[in-house]
Amino acid sequence: MKATSDPFVRREMLAPAAPPITEAGAVKWMRENLFSSPLNVILTVLGIGAVVYLVSHIAPWMLRGVWNAGSLSECRQIIEARYGEGVTGACWALIRERWPQYLFGFYPSELYWRPVLAFVLMLVAIAPVLFDALPRKMLWFALVYPALGFWLLWGGSVWVPVMALAGFGVGYVAAKVVQPLAGTILASIAAVLAPVLWWLFAAGPVAAALESLIPIALQEVRSREFGGFILAFTIGFTGIAFSLPLGVLLALGRQSDMFIVNKLSVGFIEFIRGVPLITLLFTASLLLNYFLPPGTDFDIILRVIIMVVLFAAAYIAEVVRGGLAALPRGQYEAADALGLDYFKAQRLIIMPQALKISIPGIVSTFIGLFKDTTLVVFVGLLDPLKGITDAVRASTDWKGVYWEPYIFVGAIFFIICFSMSRYSMYLENKLKTDHR
Amino acid sequence: MKQSVFLGTLAATALIAGGALAQGTSTLDTVKARGELNCGVNTGLVGFAAPDANGNWQGFDVAICKAVAAAVLGDASKVVYIPTTSSDRFEQLTSGKIDLLSRNTTWTFSRDTDLRIDFVGVNYYDGQGFMVRKDLGVSSAKELNGATICIQTGTTTELNLADYFKANNMAYTAVPIETNAEGEQQYLAGACDAYTTDASGLAATRAAFADPENHIILPEIVSKEPLGPSVRHGDNAWGDIVRWTLNALIAAEEYGITSTNIDELETSSQNPEVQRLLGTSGELGKMIGLEPNWAMNAIKAGGNYGEIFAATIGESTPIGLARGLNAQWTQGGLLYAPPFR
Repeated sequence: MKATSDPFVRREMLAPAAPPITEAGAVKWMRENLFSSPLNVILTVLGIGAVVYLVSHIAPWMLRGVWNAGSLSECRQIIEARYGEGVTGACWALIRERWPQYLFGFYPSELYWRPVLAFVLMLVAIAPVLFDALPRKMLWFALVYPALGFWLLWGGSVWVPVMALAGFGVGYVAAKVVQPLAGTILASIAAVLAPVLWWLFAAGPVAAALESLIPIALQEVRSREFGGFILAFTIGFTGIAFSLPLGVLLALGRQSDMFIVNKLSVGFIEFIRGVPLITLLFTASLLLNYFLPPGTDFDIILRVIIMVVLFAAAYIAEVVRGGLAALPRGQYEAADALGLDYFKAQRLIIMPQALKISIPGIVSTFIGLFKDTTLVVFVGLLDPLKGITDAVRASTDWKGVYWEPYIFVGAIFFIICFSMSRYSMYLENKLKTDHR
Repeated sequence: MKQSVFLGTLAATALIAGGALAQGTSTLDTVKARGELNCGVNTGLVGFAAPDANGNWQGFDVAICKAVAAAVLGDASKVVYIPTTSSDRFEQLTSGKIDLLSRNTTWTFSRDTDLRIDFVGVNYYDGQGFMVRKDLGVSSAKELNGATICIQTGTTTELNLADYFKANNMAYTAVPIETNAEGEQQYLAGACDAYTTDASGLAATRAAFADPENHIILPEIVSKEPLGPSVRHGDNAWGDIVRWTLNALIAAEEYGITSTNIDELETSSQNPEVQRLLGTSGELGKMIGLEPNWAMNAIKAGGNYGEIFAATIGESTPIGLARGLNAQWTQGGLLYAPPFR
């Protein structure tokens, strides 16, 4: 037998076989991600079981919810009529009826446009701060906004916030006048002292005089008429806006070599961090009354804001200090080697890097601050979560409602906090310069 | 009702300042100068104080605020309602933030003396009761031995409960809760066999259940809870005004003066006591530094005591409380206004 010597040559390619079912598509993904090991299988089953259990119990209750009713008993009747005896469902009608109260508290209803406008303008004001693609000129509006927002929310004469803003102008002018005469140090002192004197002695009378000349005023709304989310937003956003700069200053103070500055910063930070926020709020609302002269009406929301700012600033200071500590020593030395002075070094080299590192910490402090605004219920302000909810539940129509307001308010808080968290991630990605 | 011992002490430590403040300026002058009455109310208690959808406060305790404002300022709407919590209400009063506390507060010895506030009377006689599920098969609080009981912490109800069970040699397990709403939820979820709070609160709670017929309120009332408005200690003139405004509302019911017939009675009544009360004869208003028609204004604000009761917590409302102890003395109740002369 003579073997054929024709070499084996394949002339046509085999059609490619489909990959084994276990190695492709959804099955592969599930094998790899859900059922890769016995432990993983158990965890997956338990996890899915828990989700199914929760959803199957909660979702029907929520979906059976009633949106149009005048009272809880009416809700119950509607649900029974629809789904039969003994079936329960959510009574969202409460939210529908009390929606303005949840948003505005006792703010006069004919003036609702003012907080709404203030809110929209606030978005405009923070947009250039958040996104650097927007024109830088918009930052000027952000600087003016605190006074504008105050005027819209509380009303009164326009000249009060204008004169308060003018204080900064006074400081600028004072610095410009003093500098050629007496040097930089005295100029910085003048820049601080002049506005303080202005606010203490001149701003009030000047505002009153201008008001009598050119009266421009909005109807005044008192702090105790604030409530619900307008209160949470006012306290939360003011707290956020003012605690960051104060926190950065405190962090720098704590790093400083100057003895007094250093010890004062350390003492302040440790004291505030060592005390619960509730204590500070009680101090603001009750203890202060005993020290102030009788009849003084020191606005309660302002007091709460001050306390919240101080509280958050102490935490921010520590977060920023963490960022400062994480910078390699070489960065400080490089700044010195370039001949930059302290403030220039901080502004151009140290802070941009330290703050970038601290973003997650800062944002979680902000989220915590925003949620802590609900604690004002303990000083008699009507926060959305408990203050307004308790007030609503106390009406005979809605007594007995329990979960619906919590779910609703919780959902709104979630939306806001989640957006803050997403923004922080966006910022981190955008500023990422390393090559890990 | 609620009592925070800790904050009570806090208030006591600060009372010197509060007392000095009260003596320094007359509350009546302050209120008149301000043109508004700062009235401390509950942040929300069904029937007693609650804002409606438009933010107008209503309720049994709120009516006292309105009556006092009407008596002092001639306008029942000149009230600033300051919601107070059970923990800060006394400090609000002693520190001068509020002129009057009308917040379902139990009149007790230590509050009247140690906390340096003055109760001017009782606008609602309450008492602590128990609610149980019907299928528990219990018909008396005496049968609650070994039960788990939902109770608000830091309140007089907690102390009363301990006293009652000790006196009857029974044991119980307390399930501490923070608020009434939470208590209802725990009770409905079966976390406790019985729920205890003031009888008025129990009635309101039961009325809001989906199945009120499956729950019963036990007949025993284990404590005295006289709820009343209070003022700062030390300004007796102001205390008198609030006390006699309350008395005027009670007396008006006794004499049959209602918000509808009051104008007619002012001109036509021959009863000397009614005439003195309405200011058509005598100088009662002047004696407490108010206008002659002070009581008339107070009664017009929300009607007499009986009208207020019926409109806010009475049997025609969902809360459905019977007058019981809160009926006039002539009807077998405890309401007894001293004579107006």
